[in-house]
Amino acid sequence: MSLYSILFYLFALIIVVSAVYVVSTKNIIHSAVSLFITLFAIAAIYVLLYADFLAITQIMVYIGGILVLLIFGIMLTSKITNLDLKTKNLSDLPAILFVAGLTGVLVFIMLTTNWKTVPEPSKNDITINAIGKLLLTDYLLPFEVASIILLIALIGAAMYSRKEKTIK
Amino acid sequence: MEVGLNHFLILSTVVFGIGLYALISRKNAILVLMGIELILNACNINLIAFSKYGGLGVDGQVVAIFVIILAVAEAAIALGIVLNLYNNFSTVNIDEVDNMKE
Repeated sequence: MSLYSILFYLFALIIVVSAVYVVSTKNIIHSAVSLFITLFAIAAIYVLLYADFLAITQIMVYIGGILVLLIFGIMLTSKITNLDLKTKNLSDLPAILFVAGLTGVLVFIMLTTNWKTVPEPSKNDITINAIGKLLLTDYLLPFEVASIILLIALIGAAMYSRKEKTIK
Repeated sequence: MEVGLNHFLILSTVVFGIGLYALISRKNAILVLMGIELILNACNINLIAFSKYGGLGVDGQVVAIFVIILAVAEAAIALGIVLNLYNNFSTVNIDEVDNMKE
């Protein structure tokens, strides 16, 4: 087994175990920390797929941005002082059965479909050049629309979460 | 066994399933958000895997960047909604929030 395979299985194991812990633990802070590990391991999977820029973006945006935002949300919506950070599950068994069935069907489809692949995967050294060119040529319109969406989200979130009246 | 396209597809499917479980069975709204993040990450793994093994260049990675951008916008808006829920109902359990207006 090559080093590539060993690294893949290692990070896949980390992802699956920590993701299961995210959804199964009762303590929501543990969920957030475990999600941190999951996102880091997914960045490692991106590196294994020769997507270096995406891996850095993943670490900066997801771990530096979204996860901090989520932890802020946890802190602001839970009563930290009485340490009541437990959460409950809703209809556990049907959910597990449904998800297991759906995942099984999807894996079956993935394995039986004859994907059109190239025999020699491209091993481009640096993807930033190509991504930058594509963003400013073929994907210019989606790029601009994405920036507008970010602006709208910023204004909307600021407006929405501002207190307008006194707490009852 | 050498790692190929199928390995990445199965990994992303498993992550998707775990995220879907969080989405449909957890009560806390923030855990539901974490499930959505897991699902979006599974989607990104698929996009990048096909970008490498499908011989499509880096187009898949550019689409993955847009997915990340939308995930950021979604997380910001959703957390604003969750904070508003907490201000109005003093809870973030989504099954206790069944009124449009208190």
